[in-house]
Amino acid sequence: MAHDKREKKAQPGIMRGGGGHRAFLTAEKIRAKDTKRTLKRIWGYISEQKKWLFISLALVASSTLLGLLGPYFIALGIDDYIAKGVSEGFLRHLGIMTGVYIAAALITYMQQYILIIISQKVIRNMRKDYFDRLMGFSLKFFDQTPNGELMSRLTNDIENVSTTLSNSIAQMFSSLLSFSGVIVIMLLLNWQLALISMTTVPMIIFSVKLIAKNTRKGYRDQQRHLGKLNGIIEENLTAQKVVKAYGKEETAIAEFNEMNQKLKGSSIRAEIFGGFMGPSMNLMNNLRFSIIAGAGGYLVISGSLSVGLIAAFLNYSRQFGRPLTQLANIYNTIQSAIAGAERVFETMDHIPEIQDSIYAKDLEDVKGHVVFNEVDFGYVEGEKVLKKAYFEAKPGDTIAIVGPTGAGKTTIINLLTRFYDIESGAIEIDGVNIRDINVRSLRNKLGIVLQDTYLFSGSVRENIRYGRLTATDEEVHEAAKRAYADHFIRHLPDGYDTVLSQEGSNLSQGQRQLLAIARAILSNPAILILDEATSSVDTRTEVHIQKAMLHLMEGRTSFVIAHRLSTIKDATMIMVINEGKIIERGSHKELLDLKGFYHDLHYSQFKNAV
Amino acid sequence: MFLKPYWVLAATAPSFMVLEVMMDLAQPMFMQRIVDIGIANGDAAYVWSTLVRMLLVALLGFAGGIGCSYFSAKAAINAGTDIRKEMFSHVQNLSFSNVDKLKTGNLITTLTNDIVQVQRMMMMMMRIMVKAPIQFAGSLIMTYIISPRLFLILLVLVPLLSMTMVLLFKKGYPLYRIVQSKLDAVNTVMQENLSGIRVVKAFVREDFERERFSKANDDYMDSTVKVSRIMAVMFPIIMILLNVGIVAVLWFGNIEVANGNIQVGKVIAFINYLLQLLISIMMVAGMMMMYSRAQASAERIEEVLETVPDINDCEDAVCADGLDGNLVFEKVSFSYGDHAIEPVLTDISFTAKKGEKVAIIGSTGSGKSTLVNLIPRLYDVSGGRITIGGVDIRNMKRTFLRSRISIVLQQSLLFSGKIGDNIRYGKSDATMSELDESAKASGAKEFIESFEKGYDTLLGQKGVNLSGGQKQRISIARGLIRKPYILILDDSTSAVDVATEVKIQAALKTKTKNSIVVMVAQRISSILDADQIIVLEEGKIAGKGNHKTLIENNQVYREIFESQLGKAGEAYGA
Repeated sequence: MAHDKREKKAQPGIMRGGGGHRAFLTAEKIRAKDTKRTLKRIWGYISEQKKWLFISLALVASSTLLGLLGPYFIALGIDDYIAKGVSEGFLRHLGIMTGVYIAAALITYMQQYILIIISQKVIRNMRKDYFDRLMGFSLKFFDQTPNGELMSRLTNDIENVSTTLSNSIAQMFSSLLSFSGVIVIMLLLNWQLALISMTTVPMIIFSVKLIAKNTRKGYRDQQRHLGKLNGIIEENLTAQKVVKAYGKEETAIAEFNEMNQKLKGSSIRAEIFGGFMGPSMNLMNNLRFSIIAGAGGYLVISGSLSVGLIAAFLNYSRQFGRPLTQLANIYNTIQSAIAGAERVFETMDHIPEIQDSIYAKDLEDVKGHVVFNEVDFGYVEGEKVLKKAYFEAKPGDTIAIVGPTGAGKTTIINLLTRFYDIESGAIEIDGVNIRDINVRSLRNKLGIVLQDTYLFSGSVRENIRYGRLTATDEEVHEAAKRAYADHFIRHLPDGYDTVLSQEGSNLSQGQRQLLAIARAILSNPAILILDEATSSVDTRTEVHIQKAMLHLMEGRTSFVIAHRLSTIKDATMIMVINEGKIIERGSHKELLDLKGFYHDLHYSQFKNAV
Repeated sequence: MFLKPYWVLAATAPSFMVLEVMMDLAQPMFMQRIVDIGIANGDAAYVWSTLVRMLLVALLGFAGGIGCSYFSAKAAINAGTDIRKEMFSHVQNLSFSNVDKLKTGNLITTLTNDIVQVQRMMMMMMRIMVKAPIQFAGSLIMTYIISPRLFLILLVLVPLLSMTMVLLFKKGYPLYRIVQSKLDAVNTVMQENLSGIRVVKAFVREDFERERFSKANDDYMDSTVKVSRIMAVMFPIIMILLNVGIVAVLWFGNIEVANGNIQVGKVIAFINYLLQLLISIMMVAGMMMMYSRAQASAERIEEVLETVPDINDCEDAVCADGLDGNLVFEKVSFSYGDHAIEPVLTDISFTAKKGEKVAIIGSTGSGKSTLVNLIPRLYDVSGGRITIGGVDIRNMKRTFLRSRISIVLQQSLLFSGKIGDNIRYGKSDATMSELDESAKASGAKEFIESFEKGYDTLLGQKGVNLSGGQKQRISIARGLIRKPYILILDDSTSAVDVATEVKIQAALKTKTKNSIVVMVAQRISSILDADQIIVLEEGKIAGKGNHKTLIENNQVYREIFESQLGKAGEAYGA
């Protein structure tokens, strides 16, 4: 399944890049090409640390070679001294041996340390790039991609690449080096015995392939089931209250158990086959050991080999078995790391829908003249949410937007802030099309209080200061006072220094909204946007806030979305939106006199009371 | 603990491992005979027969290895599956104050990653934790058999090796914890940004957030490098010690051979056992690294499993046939957690009769939601009691109590899947007409039918493709479909426009004639017709009565009323 997905996504990219004939490439080739490209990009990160990498590889090479000397020294010691009963010069021989060992250990340490630094830096940069890119994407992307998925890119996939990097690269290099080194030395020492001991190599390769083939399918299934299980867990835990309130614990558990069983099945399969790798390699080692001992013994008897060389061969054969085992293990990790890196890069390669055009300029002193000119828009292609919307707000106007749920009120805000781009028509601020304005400069001039408030872990003070990072403590307090938040903040355990827990869960919905309002007040925007800013604030508090808001709105163009009509009566213009169209507009009084939609809406509030 | 049911499997695995290790240990012994008997006597036939024996032993060891990995995988995965199952059902039993303490995000990681870690650990334990000590002990014994005098070298070497390792772990382990907490910090920044992306964008704080992330990221890297610097010492030190050991073996071996105490082949075998010893020690070192990781995971799992649900059915919980009678709050008080300074609710008393609609109104943070959460025992009262039909709800079975209560929450949480299934969540065996009926009453029918696939329309994660008001209406339908005895609406029409709300209210009225409706509202217009209005102020009741009496003699209520409806309201309302 994972494969299908990748193929589909890979194709458009390739077609864009090359000619039409490339579309005929088989899926297999595309994947191979993808892997190559992924490796290239990982290499791009690594090559930033080129200097260190070369040093460490040089160190790996020297420590491996020194390591290869060891068994040879042992062989010499046995043949020249022990077997012959010579002790003269033996001390010197052992002294050299010790020196070589110590040097090898020191070099190994340096090499490991440098490799860690390299891999950590690479991963740090990758993580940073990932986050930086993510911050540049537009809302559409976040709406369409589940948070959990983006999160798992960071936690699982990048982490995966990291462990692979730190372990595998050096290991692979040294494995290959010592493998070829061992072969050369063994051939030099005694080519007959060398060839005999190498008979196990094809067997190793064969068994690795066989096991890997079986394991891979198991692991893939396991990964898929694990992903689904995580989905079930996440959904159930976030909706805990509903699950409990409806007494659906049993259903949830049953659903969970079913997937858990499936996971168990695929895990067992994967792990059993995966577990065969170790014993098989062990078998190969022992086979080689026996062969060397047996064949070596025969050779010694026939006089073409010394006893010491058998000892050396036994040691070398271990050194050449190990690299092969490691390579086999690394193959699996590298596979999954590449798959992870692919997913990370795929996310990073998303092209933000909203980008500054090259002609974009900064917005200077904004007067606040806003025009929507024949704006068409839909979140999904073919489903228009706004149709030919036209309206104008003069500097200082307060525009209220009312209408039934889903009519398109919030959409207007989403477009003005350029969270989304319109399909046709134009939105202008002070006569400039917002597409020609730098997105940051545009949003900097807008003060937005949204339906859903976002608070990050940090103190209350820091959360308010989010509105203007340079604000002094006094300014923060002042803004809080004007938002009527000062009172409750002072009642918190540590006042303004109270640290908010995860997304401010220790505050009520209303308190969070007050903080969001304080934040907007602090940002002192040219154009103010209130999207149901007070929906969770009780009405008495709202009256207070409203006073503050009126004060804030003075001299600024403001857009207000509200369900409670009482809050918008004083607006310069009220627009009634229904099914994506502006059906009525005018002042409160004008609209009441019109006896249309607004009139009905207004009086429906009181009907119950009569 | 969870391995218990699989003890047969779990015990079989190590015994197979013993077989494998024994066979491994036998190899150098054979080799020694080849050198000292076969070669020394020039006996080629002896060499060949020993070779055949060695091959057989190798195959036997292979069988042992395969058996071990087969049984260990089975045992560990079975146990892992059980832990996960146990934990998930346990979490389902926990109360909200439990979950609040454990934090949902952490719970998710524990259920997914931590269990995988522990499962892997168990598997490794059965494979390597058994293998390493046996191999270690076996090698020691074999070296002693070969030459008790050369064995003395090991008496110096082994303690030295173990001491270095213990020392390094003592230094490294606390650092690993720091690394973990730094990683958590990185994830938190990411999580916060994902859920608050709109605000980040609205305030153009991308760079600020990048900076924040970058800092957490650098911290994480620094701590990782720091711990690695210490741990990287381990391998070279083991290498040096071991090789010095080999040098010593050669030196003393030379003397011994010269004295005629042992043969050359035995020196070679000794060195081979020494290598096996080294491998087993390295395995232990690797295991300890893994173990410290799994340890942290196991601790988190334990923390969850050991959390005692603080809302339990008491022993003699009743499970009556039906819920009937009045809902009574008697001097109820409540505070979140044990350390809360101020109680959220104090001295709440009121009675709601069958067929009544009770409205709760009050300012933000006055405790409205908390109050209604107490009724289905999402939280338990801290003082006083709540009774239905005279029975304390703490004496009722939770499943029963909740099956007769529907609560529609402020935040509508929907599941991915069909709209119809989301409504049926309230009553899984609901018929199509019941479905239709409740959707109609909640004002959801219209827009559902406007979708091409109607009730079969698929919802995305958390119902992303619906507007807030639409989600709320589906939640109301979900609450209605089970025809509850008590229907609780916790500000559940806040995102619905007024005209629609009026329609919903009217429909509800006919549907709840024999029920009790408790409703938290912001909009005064939606509660004007309530039989009883409770005005909450800072967790206490500031007024009780119907609209008429309250407007006449309750200051707080009047203020709310005027602030919302103003003069127009007075004209119509009074």
